[in-house]
Amino acid sequence: MSAIDELFARTRAEGRAALVGYLPAGFPDQETSIAALTAMVEAGVDLLEIGLPYSDPVMDGPAIQAAADQALAGGTRTKDVIEVVRAVASTGAPTVIMTYWNPVERYGVDRFAADLAEAGGAGLITPDLIPDEAAEWDAASRAHELDRVFLVSPSSTDARLDMTAKASSGFIYATAVMGVTGTREQTSSLAPELVARLRAVTDKPIGVGLGVSNGEQAREIAEFADAVIVGSAFVRRMLESETAAAGVESVRELAQELRRGVERS
Amino acid sequence: MFRSARAPSMSPRTASARAIAETGAGQHGVASATACAYLDLECTVYMGEVDTERQALNVARMRMLGAEVVSVTSGSRTLKDAINEALRDWVASVDHTSYLFGTAAGPHPFPSMVRDLTRGIGDEARAQCLELTGSLPDAAVACVGGGSNAIGLFTAFVEDADVRLLGVEAGGNGVETGRHAAPITQGDVGVLHGARSYLLQDEDGQTQESHSISAGLDYPGVGPEHSYLAETGRAQYVPATDAEAMSAFDLLCKTEGIIPAIESAHALAGAVGLAKELGPDATILVNLSGRGDKDVHTAAEYFGLLDGPVVLEGGGDAGPRPADVQRAVEE
Ligand SMILES: Cc1ncc(COP(=O)(O)O)c(C=O)c1O
Repeated sequence: MSAIDELFARTRAEGRAALVGYLPAGFPDQETSIAALTAMVEAGVDLLEIGLPYSDPVMDGPAIQAAADQALAGGTRTKDVIEVVRAVASTGAPTVIMTYWNPVERYGVDRFAADLAEAGGAGLITPDLIPDEAAEWDAASRAHELDRVFLVSPSSTDARLDMTAKASSGFIYATAVMGVTGTREQTSSLAPELVARLRAVTDKPIGVGLGVSNGEQAREIAEFADAVIVGSAFVRRMLESETAAAGVESVRELAQELRRGVERS
Repeated sequence: MFRSARAPSMSPRTASARAIAETGAGQHGVASATACAYLDLECTVYMGEVDTERQALNVARMRMLGAEVVSVTSGSRTLKDAINEALRDWVASVDHTSYLFGTAAGPHPFPSMVRDLTRGIGDEARAQCLELTGSLPDAAVACVGGGSNAIGLFTAFVEDADVRLLGVEAGGNGVETGRHAAPITQGDVGVLHGARSYLLQDEDGQTQESHSISAGLDYPGVGPEHSYLAETGRAQYVPATDAEAMSAFDLLCKTEGIIPAIESAHALAGAVGLAKELGPDATILVNLSGRGDKDVHTAAEYFGLLDGPVVLEGGGDAGPRPADVQRAVEE
């Protein structure tokens, strides 16, 4: 059982959804990103999703693009992202890196897997890697006991949902809307249907992300998903804060609010 | 009807009321806007901010044709970022929007669709060459940005083992300076925009910014089939610097009375180099992928042909003409 499997066994037993929180490593700087990720776990985030800043994040909207640009301008390197994983391992929450594929390929797929596992990481979320092209990552993740989180969207066919669910481990990332990351006023009407279609082909846990920004939306999604994934809303808290310390506190407050949401309380 | 040397490719799934495209030099944007005007489709074209400035004429043409031109201000503000923005649009609009990918790059099936749509150029050129000279050319030469006009030309000749295929990448300030757009010459294999191909990237796999005087070649990646042709040795790829391309541009203007696109001038520069090697009896086929109207401003600046600020003195006297000013400066 992986650390992520254990987490979902626990949250399912507690009758609640897990809360997944995203921030890019090195945003706004290395130290603050570690402090903010730590604050997230203290406030109730169950699983950390650490973004590897990338020059061409085509799945991301303006907030995460801005954060990635800032992290890269600050000199964040791939090895620094792995160091952030190491630094937050002591929180006890499993961590996954969310990364576009080219940086992993460039680092060396097996080497990346080995270094991530050694730093205490639990796996990868790979937005631009489809299972059809993932043979090398499949082998490396199995060798180093890491989880493979692939994405599905409302436009995925039933055959692709089935294939992606089989290739995934830990959980499956279901995008709630057709579009890029970013906070949205309303939760999506497409998400319940997508999750229902996935449930027909898998009993692996399903995380729903894209557009969730507050406790109320988290509560709605927790009704039908195993995990609620929040990214841009955390990034915006940080972007909109005057100081790093204020950013960390603002991130903490949002995590508390979201946690109440996923507890369906 | 709209045969451009770089034909638009309709995305596979959709029959839709709206089309989007990315464009570098604006040629593909104009072709897309033209098709949309004719077919009564809504049209949005993404174009890097740098390119909207240096290819302003094409921005005006697209707008005249009724398209919305979105100036992209992220990243390097050139073609790479225009593609990013178009992809972001498309993931949200795929159920009612077609993406007309403008070059032989991007995710499958775009590279092969674009190749199949541009190969008419190569097929026609091959037939014309046989008709005019009685034999196939010794070499076929094209510039390579994403690679659409080149793959369209090369595809017709790939099976003709005796025809050399030469792709010319943008050498910018010189490949040794790091300021260029020559991924096959100087890049490594990586993944960008859904395809594995040669790529300008740093040690960590972050895409590096490309540089070229030509907006249409200013892209850090290249279509995957060119990487394949380079690796198998069927085609060769060489860089031409900004200066070499502009000198070939000047040569074509003065000798043939044709003002070529600056992109195409790179192919001409490659052909000039090849001609020295092959000698005067060789037949070299060059794909002149576009005309230079859009580049008149850039070329005029490059060659210093624009009037300096003209000082009006008294009753409508236009003041000294630039040639006079030039002479005065020299004296
Ligand atoms: C006239 C012309 N030629 C060539 C190109 C380069 O594109 P490709 O390599 O896809 O042919 C462009 C791109 O805008 C162009 O405008």
